[in-house]
Amino acid sequence: MAHYLLSVHSVEGEIREPMTDEERAQSHKQLGVLEQELKSAGAWVASGRLHDPATATVVRMAGDEVLTTDGPFVESKEHLGGFYIIQAEDLDAALGWASRVTEAIRTPIEVRPFAGFEA
Amino acid sequence: MHDGDAAARLDEAEVGWIFRQEAGRSLAALISAFGDIDLAEDAVQEAFTVALHRWPGDGLPPNPGGWITTTAHNRAIDRLRRERRGRQLLGQMAVLAPGDDEPGMLQEVGLMQDERLRLIFTCCHPALSTQAQVALTLRLLGGLSTKEVARSFLVAEPTMARRLVRAKHKIKAAKIPYRVPEAHELADRLRPVLAVVYLVYNAGLSGPADPDLCAEAIRLARILAALMPDEPEVAGLLALLLLTESRRASRLAPDGSLVVLGEQDRTRWDRALITEGQAILRRCLRRNQPGPYQLQAAINAVHTDATTIQETDWSQIVALYDQLLAVAPTPVVALNRAIAIGELQGPAAALALVEELDLDSYYPYHATRADLLGRLGRHNEAATAYQRAAAMAPTDAERAFLRLGGRASRSPNR
Repeated sequence: MAHYLLSVHSVEGEIREPMTDEERAQSHKQLGVLEQELKSAGAWVASGRLHDPATATVVRMAGDEVLTTDGPFVESKEHLGGFYIIQAEDLDAALGWASRVTEAIRTPIEVRPFAGFEA
Repeated sequence: MHDGDAAARLDEAEVGWIFRQEAGRSLAALISAFGDIDLAEDAVQEAFTVALHRWPGDGLPPNPGGWITTTAHNRAIDRLRRERRGRQLLGQMAVLAPGDDEPGMLQEVGLMQDERLRLIFTCCHPALSTQAQVALTLRLLGGLSTKEVARSFLVAEPTMARRLVRAKHKIKAAKIPYRVPEAHELADRLRPVLAVVYLVYNAGLSGPADPDLCAEAIRLARILAALMPDEPEVAGLLALLLLTESRRASRLAPDGSLVVLGEQDRTRWDRALITEGQAILRRCLRRNQPGPYQLQAAINAVHTDATTIQETDWSQIVALYDQLLAVAPTPVVALNRAIAIGELQGPAAALALVEELDLDSYYPYHATRADLLGRLGRHNEAATAYQRAAAMAPTDAERAFLRLGGRASRSPNR
């Protein structure tokens, strides 16, 4: 088994056709079903949705002191909107789950293996 | 052959040649057994060193492929036993004991062919870039050295080495599986495999003569066709390559310049390849699932049927291009269809179609325009278009051809 991070990438200000209420409800329902399936298949490790990047705070070392600053670490138009951590037999299995997520939310998903999680 | 008499003695070049013919299967078998490309490559390389040492004196073993697999397998196990992590791995996978040095282990043909098929689907996995797919396929299935792969794509060896290392690292880290896709995914997953083989062939047409990528592509296509006899597009690709190959020798003049289809010496076309290609094509077309490779092969088959360019059945070719455009609606297909229509209805009809296409960065587009303009007597415009085409052409032969304004040429042979 390998572990994968499925990260949901949003592009700020990207002109996408906004979902209708009905589509949004449909999308939520699909995600709910999917999450249940992930769990019953033993693939789910963790998942979460993030607030927008304006809510982020960065701490870093400045000399010997920890400095706290406002804002995301990288000013960029693309940001992480949410993630799943899953375990899967191989990349094809992980891509299968990722395809289901992107079908439900219509946003690109990056699939990346964890290092040192080999079982 | 292996009793060590003088006639059976091999020199190093012969050992190298035989080894390369046989090593692809062994490499695939080892990658499959150990799940580690680097380990498998190193082990096969070590087996080669042993072969260089032993074969010239002892003669060729009765089953060179089995010998390579067994020897490399033993070397890989030796190496794993030396490393702590390797011992853990060995414990987990319960590798079959290879017995002794006798060939006999892992040599069941069906099994090994299956492993090459798995490996090509790994090499051509859609999670890898096309560049990486091509390089891995040539390295791991073609048995080309990194140097040869680099030379065939005109990149520096360290660049190619990095590309291969990165691709192999991704296969391992992301766990790209070694498996033949299931029936419902096969159509999607087969597409990049066939595209890679076709790319290798075309790189051979316009690239350096050594290594012979055209021969390598045909070898790969033959393996695929043998392993997937029920896939008409696989057979279609093999037919396309054989029919294109039948004309390869007549494509270039002795001075290396390009000879267009209409001016090629058709007596130099290879009849054996044509017969074989057409027979394969007929068999796969009977399944009635035409795809882009079968249709391109069919177009080539019509050309190889004609004893002169004038005798070519252009209406048949246009009909095939109509079908091809329906399944592969690309501007390049539309360009070739326009050329065929030009042969049927004249250059004005073709030019009208060509002018609608958005192919400014594709040099055959300018070459085709130049030719059509010339045939319509618009010589100044034709000259400008030839210059543009020549400036973009990838090989000396093609540049020279286009600088000459295509001579008495018609359309380029593409």
